[in-house]
Amino acid sequence: MAPAVGLIGWFVYGFVIWTLYISFTNSKILPKYELWGVGQYVKLWGSRKWLIAVDNLLIFTALFLIFCVVIGIILAIFLDQKIRAEGVLRTIYLYPMALSFIVTGTAWKWILNPTLGIQKMFIDWGFENFTFDWLVNREMAIYTIVIAGVWQSAGFVMALFLAGLRSVEDEIVKAAKIDGANLFTVYWKILLPMMRPVFFTSFVILVHISIKSYDLIVALTQGGPGISTTMPALYMTQTAFHKSQVGLSAASAMMMFMAVAAVIIPYLYSELRRENAR
Amino acid sequence: MQDKTHSSYKQLEQKSKYTNLFLRWFLYFVLVIFALYFIFPLYVMVVTSLKTMEEIRQGTLLTWPSGLNFDSWLVAWGGRGYGAGDTFLKPYFWNSIKMVVPAVFFSTFIGAMAGYVLTKWRFKGDKWVFLFLLFGCFIPYQAILLPMARTLGVLGISNSVIGLVLVHTVYGIPFTTLFFRNFYVSIPSELVKAARIDGAGFFKIFFKILLPVSTPIIVVTIIWQFTQIWNDFLFGSTFSFGEAAPIQVALNNMVLSSTSVKEYNVDMASAIIAGIPTLIVYVLAGKYFIRGLTSGAVKG
Repeated sequence: MAPAVGLIGWFVYGFVIWTLYISFTNSKILPKYELWGVGQYVKLWGSRKWLIAVDNLLIFTALFLIFCVVIGIILAIFLDQKIRAEGVLRTIYLYPMALSFIVTGTAWKWILNPTLGIQKMFIDWGFENFTFDWLVNREMAIYTIVIAGVWQSAGFVMALFLAGLRSVEDEIVKAAKIDGANLFTVYWKILLPMMRPVFFTSFVILVHISIKSYDLIVALTQGGPGISTTMPALYMTQTAFHKSQVGLSAASAMMMFMAVAAVIIPYLYSELRRENAR
Repeated sequence: MQDKTHSSYKQLEQKSKYTNLFLRWFLYFVLVIFALYFIFPLYVMVVTSLKTMEEIRQGTLLTWPSGLNFDSWLVAWGGRGYGAGDTFLKPYFWNSIKMVVPAVFFSTFIGAMAGYVLTKWRFKGDKWVFLFLLFGCFIPYQAILLPMARTLGVLGISNSVIGLVLVHTVYGIPFTTLFFRNFYVSIPSELVKAARIDGAGFFKIFFKILLPVSTPIIVVTIIWQFTQIWNDFLFGSTFSFGEAAPIQVALNNMVLSSTSVKEYNVDMASAIIAGIPTLIVYVLAGKYFIRGLTSGAVKG
């Protein structure tokens, strides 16, 4: 116990406090320890690149959430209908979770390749004017990250909902059917409302994945074209290790930390309360 | 009563037989369409890796390769044999193995002990200690990158496999503790109490009573940690470069290198090589993988 608490206390909490402290200093390549106030935060929120990063994060999070949850729920409900070969289908829906974001990004980068990828496929099929250049298009590149991200994580939401649906008593569904409810009503009015905790869990996990998303962007777009697909995690590492602005990058890291904490702390609190009530 | 409800339910099922038939076709149709969407990238990776560049330029993503041509796999794994600038995955694959094995072992062991204490040696405030550890699952690692880089430098293990073992062990502990704690909670404490009365000590109880029944959760934890650490890119790319890099970093460097003509077949072969260990684990032990995924309900 002591080693676990000691290690986490030092490497998680101690380090976060160190980063917090550095974010209030004017550190460049090397950390300086005299306090400088909130200058780095002012600089951060005045930076065009950071604002783009935050903007992208909001777009990505919203779409990533919606698509993962909708696809996940559809797959879970459909798989729950005593489907033949359910095991095989489930394995297919979930295998992307076993792959790294770098592998995922590499694969999608090739598929979305504007000359040899999907675009060529459709042109060769006879759609001569078909264009699909999202990967190199400033306006659209962020959506390629959504496509790859949803492909990776939708199966996970399916697994959560399937487990949730399976834990509901059969009798509830049967009783509703006898009362004349059709399958749609059963799910829409009875089962999905019962899945509130699963929605909550999915929301928390997906938002926290998206705030931390880094590898996928590096593999797919490197934040480009230009800086059009920068996200906070990428901004932080670039500012720290390429631009050597340690204070500024610490400030951006703390903004990420606070965003995650705002989502996670209520979640952990409610989980703990649920356990206490048991 | 039970029988009556059952028979009326049966009747109802009968009535809606035709709507059901249509519905079932629709169900399978949607499920298969999604299955194709999920399978598509894997299919493209495999066939692209088996084509020559000439075939790639002539066909489409879906075109079947003309034969089983593993040349790009050999290049991805072992290079072309000309010195400078020839990057290939073999050494980095071994780096990853050397990093994963000890990191998985240490984090699992420490997590098992912590889970054991949290459930069987209850103390005041243990819930808070658990929460304190649990929060570590979620923190964005950007908030610890800078001090970690300095710490590794001070310890003299930056840019080394040992440094990465330390990093992955430490940040794996919250997850492994969570798994073991949730598992040990369901094991009756009476056994432990009885053993304690008989004079068994802290370690004896752990090794003689808990460890023998822990196989399923050990499997879940090892698979989870293996997948997380093998797939990590953030720590690997921040704390190592050059020869000490793990495989995901090497894969990314290979794909991004713009030295020569782009060889998509080699890129795809590399991606498959980097992905295959976790994929094999998933196929062989998917049940345990999913259990880790849903019981922890966390992915970093």
